[in-house]
Amino acid sequence: MTGPRTLVDKIWDDHVVAEDPGAPSVLAIDLHLVHEVTSPQAFTGLRRRGLKVRHPERTVATADHSVPTTPRNLPILDELAAAQVAQLETNCREFDIPLHGLGSPSQGIVHVIGPQLGLTQPGMTIVCGDSHTSTHGAFGALAFGIGTSEVEMVLATQCLLQRRPQTYEVRVDGRLAPGVSAKDVILALLSRIGIAGGTGHVFEYRGEAIEALSMEQRMTICNMSIEGGARAGLIAPDDTTFEYLAGRPHAPQGAAWDDAVARWRALPSDPEAAFDRSVTIDAASLEPMVTYGTNPGMGLPISARVPDPAAAGDDARRRGLEQALAYMDLQPGQALLGQKVDVVFIGSCTNGRISDLRLAAAALKGRHVADGVRMMVVPGSDEVKREAEREGLHEIFRAAGADWREAGCSMCIAMNGDQLSPGQYAVSTSNRNFEGRQGKGGRTFLASPLTAAASAVAGAIADPRLLPGIESLAAVGGR
Amino acid sequence: MARPFAGFASRVIPLPAENVDTDQIVPARFLKATDKSGLAEALFRDWRFEADGSLKEPRFVLDQPDMSGRRILLAGENFGCGSSREHAPWALVSWGIQAVITTSCADIFRTNALKNGLLPIVVDHERHRQLFELLARDPDVELTVDLAAQVVHLPGDEDLPFNVDPFSKLMLLEGTDELGYLLGKSTEIDAWEGRHVARVDTRGPSGTTA
Repeated sequence: MTGPRTLVDKIWDDHVVAEDPGAPSVLAIDLHLVHEVTSPQAFTGLRRRGLKVRHPERTVATADHSVPTTPRNLPILDELAAAQVAQLETNCREFDIPLHGLGSPSQGIVHVIGPQLGLTQPGMTIVCGDSHTSTHGAFGALAFGIGTSEVEMVLATQCLLQRRPQTYEVRVDGRLAPGVSAKDVILALLSRIGIAGGTGHVFEYRGEAIEALSMEQRMTICNMSIEGGARAGLIAPDDTTFEYLAGRPHAPQGAAWDDAVARWRALPSDPEAAFDRSVTIDAASLEPMVTYGTNPGMGLPISARVPDPAAAGDDARRRGLEQALAYMDLQPGQALLGQKVDVVFIGSCTNGRISDLRLAAAALKGRHVADGVRMMVVPGSDEVKREAEREGLHEIFRAAGADWREAGCSMCIAMNGDQLSPGQYAVSTSNRNFEGRQGKGGRTFLASPLTAAASAVAGAIADPRLLPGIESLAAVGGR
Repeated sequence: MARPFAGFASRVIPLPAENVDTDQIVPARFLKATDKSGLAEALFRDWRFEADGSLKEPRFVLDQPDMSGRRILLAGENFGCGSSREHAPWALVSWGIQAVITTSCADIFRTNALKNGLLPIVVDHERHRQLFELLARDPDVELTVDLAAQVVHLPGDEDLPFNVDPFSKLMLLEGTDELGYLLGKSTEIDAWEGRHVARVDTRGPSGTTA
């Protein structure tokens, strides 16, 4: 491709291995992340065909989805989950793949440990059998989720067959108000374009508000690109990116670091590069966001009222909204503020990083979780847990009456025993409010860590902007 | 490896819901299996069954009389959104579904479906509305899917054309898979790797294995 190019174009062009007429491009993959849930059938396929893993040194595995968040000296009680984790260990041993397994100090959610270890780097192609692989786009990598058949292909060939995606510019101008964070930006985008708005596209997030974000906040935004239908979402690498990466275990070092930074600085989209679609959001106008329905696009500013299905534009929308409100047991016109909650969950690949825990702890310090509310804090990785404990955050959570857990996906996907009971309401910092996502019959309000912590104290959905000292609180997330 | 995708005729299962996510198609608690068997039981589990294991009343469409054996699912827009779990098409296929007609499919679901002999057929909103009307008039209407010609034959000699990725079409018709194609590119892959230094070493610091 000649002429001005986007960040996506540059990464794409750099990774095309072969192109037959009429066929998709053969795209080289730099980094393949593997976890226990979507990989077993792929390894079975390799064995059946007598194939090896082409590049175990470009592959890395961890156990996160089905692992308990109870103390690590306890066994996995769920026999199926135990068998799945054991199978991952067997597969990694047999195929020589580095494993950050249960009990390892580097274990954690796959999308938390990749960046933390410095494996995620600008300009790379990164895949994983997990739709939230879009997280790694925060570093200016083309990162997307794949199915298990594709996991097998990447294991065998370190390549995938892909058609070039269309590009979608998401411009966020201006500055966010105190108490409004990355989670609110992405929920606002989803409420605007809908959960299929980005289908066939890759988002590129840009603009003043994006540039001002820390790497962890950028990861929160890119993480939920898939909730807008886009397989990937990315942000041009800059000094914030390089500062985060420098010195991490797998980041380039010495002269290789200087070479890498020079290469990375050429990645941002050319000024004249054109996008297939574009949307602009005014950061200053955003409020904290909360979802009210059963997909992540059903979100509202926290001060708004639940919409009326009767006002929906067409029958399909009206039916969808009616079904969502019936599942959530919410009434049209009802305020979200003050809606009672039973459970508050802080964690996940969306908001389980150290800055998320710092924000939640700052909001909880000297306060107590409301009577009748169960609050769970689940660090995104063992390293996040250790850092939080070094900073004493766990003491703040415990003093507030919250449950401090081991690392994993936990109640985001409710595979590991951490789940809602039927009918319970949760404010959750995770990424999906689908029916039953956090446990059969459970009802999810997606929100930021600050909103979740404020709601835990109130026992109901609460506006984090009313927390005492919100200006200084909001700065805690930091870079 | 999938069997060659042959044309077929079938009655239709109507599911007039938009944004059916893969958590509904296969709830996460069924993802602990390490093989592909038994997933038909998990299909739409929480839309089909009460907590005590009894069928919901009114029954979900799959459990309504005369629905068994139907191989075409007619669903609303953005089918298969959310999680990348390939368990979703595995479950649909093991139930016996071979085609999903909708106005749009989520990207990862579409990719996964095509690799498992499940054909996503995307039609425009007007055609989609007409199909639901046709089913309302005649719930037992039989449609014929002809992938080679890229049409769905409706009663009365009417043809509903659809688009499909030409490469995916070839793979489906031949019953071959993409991994075989990729393995055939080993010379090109070797050459590309010869020109590009590995970006990362998951066993040690980057830049040390070049």
